[in-house]
Amino acid sequence: MINIDSTVSQAPPKVEVSNLNFYYGDKQAIKNVNLVLPKNKITALIGPSGCGKTTLLRCFNRMHDLYDGNRYEGEIVLDGQVNILSRRIDPIEVRMRVGMVFQRPNPFPKSIFENVAYGLRVRGEKNKSFIADKVEEALKAAALWDEVSDRLKDMAFTLSGGQQQRLCIARALATDPELILFDEPTSALDPIATRNIEDLMDGLKKRVTILIVTHSMQQAARLSDYTAFMYMGEMLECDRTEVIFKQAAQLRTRDYVSGQFG
Amino acid sequence: MTTSLSPSSTPLSPIQLSVVQRKRSSNLFAVVGIVSIAIALMTLIALVLQLFIQGFPKLNWQFLTSFADPEASLAGVLAALVGSCLVMLVTASTAVPVGIGAGLYLEEYIARNKFSALIEINVTNLAGVPSIVYGLLALGLFKYYFNLGESILTAGLTLALLVLPVVIVATREAIRAIPSSLREAAYAMGASKSQMVFDHLLPYAFGNILTGVIIGLSRAIGETAPLVTIGALTFIAFLPDSPIQSGFPFISFEWLKAPFTVLPIQMFNWVSRPEPEFQVNAAAAGIVLLSLTLMMNSIAIYLRYRIQKNLKW
Repeated sequence: MINIDSTVSQAPPKVEVSNLNFYYGDKQAIKNVNLVLPKNKITALIGPSGCGKTTLLRCFNRMHDLYDGNRYEGEIVLDGQVNILSRRIDPIEVRMRVGMVFQRPNPFPKSIFENVAYGLRVRGEKNKSFIADKVEEALKAAALWDEVSDRLKDMAFTLSGGQQQRLCIARALATDPELILFDEPTSALDPIATRNIEDLMDGLKKRVTILIVTHSMQQAARLSDYTAFMYMGEMLECDRTEVIFKQAAQLRTRDYVSGQFG
Repeated sequence: MTTSLSPSSTPLSPIQLSVVQRKRSSNLFAVVGIVSIAIALMTLIALVLQLFIQGFPKLNWQFLTSFADPEASLAGVLAALVGSCLVMLVTASTAVPVGIGAGLYLEEYIARNKFSALIEINVTNLAGVPSIVYGLLALGLFKYYFNLGESILTAGLTLALLVLPVVIVATREAIRAIPSSLREAAYAMGASKSQMVFDHLLPYAFGNILTGVIIGLSRAIGETAPLVTIGALTFIAFLPDSPIQSGFPFISFEWLKAPFTVLPIQMFNWVSRPEPEFQVNAAAAGIVLLSLTLMMNSIAIYLRYRIQKNLKW
């Protein structure tokens, strides 16, 4: 059951998911999901372990294509124009418009500068000053510039966990994606680093649409504009965050957000 | 000294007994390990020491710059040393790129089916094929069918065949050890498969790949049987043409076609002679061979060090 009142929020949909089914081989992991991601807003995906949140997230940038036996049915339409699940669309093209930040920080084993520059290089960008400007811009947007501006040539591994995760965010930002997917980005970090990243994400939504999977309901309540509750592969309810947490329509949603299970 | 939780006069509790027993097994295993290392090290040291003691007196500039000679005091390893170096050059420049390329293809690109499983089993088995079999193969293929003759090129290619499975397996293992989080990060940035392989997998795995290359090349430099099969000479009194020429086009490949000998064959030849001076020569040649192997490995280790530290050239 979805209730996105876009006239009130004045947020046009960035992505619309219609009748999405996903199969790992014979096992169906996502059942008939419909979802709308409003533009320049943060939508959180919550639900108990194993409900399919991360599976759903990874459909948005075709990550499942990397492994054999996976199958999509249904559509995910970007800007009302392109169905990114279509076989005619190259997954590489999708990933150039949709960025991802993973659960465990996974910077490349390269320097800080090269990590952020990689997305640009992969697109064939050769202009050195353009790349340098973009890297600085991305590191500033990720609130990391002040800490690393004097050591851009150092290896990314010399950074702390929280800094590495912000580096991964900068890396995703450098290519100006339209949608960024966050897969439990702070679950491996300490509370201070978590706070930094949440503040950062709040500022980011001016320029990107964000979809975040989170295990922490408190984080969803703090951070997101819209929350979608998943259960056993189905999208049970999706609404403004205040509604989901205070007066959800479905009993199971109310039980989950009040901590009765999960 | 750990204090027990009960006074020493009382019998040990089951927990304490279990701890004592397990500590005893641990210590026993450590002792067995140390004894094994000691035996292996001492054998190695004894061998090398004996080689040095016997051969060191003969090790001088004259030895290194003279050709073989029926007179033991005049004989030297020049032809064999140059031969070994040139053959290893051909081997390394063939086996390393082909081996790494094949390993990358087999690990990343080939479709997983019965056919590719068959290839994988066979490549791994090839690493264990006796070297003389490679000699026979090279005899028929390189020397006669391709008509490359008894040359440095033939020798280099023969040893390359030997080294190839080792490099392929090392490459595959090195790539397999890379966590999938790195691949996913690269793909998530919009990289194509080849970009992911060459920008990320290969640089990250290169250190381990080089280790496999070192192992393979070290085996090749000491091989005698396959080279004898394809016709390495035991007595040579000249060097092949230099690769650098003074006239146009300044680089010559004539040396690839030249006849040759290598250090292990020269050693074998000398050891077979009755005169004790030749035994000394053989030991000295053995020292030269060991040093050459060490130098080759040092270059590879140095390369690996620089790559792993990501140092700029």
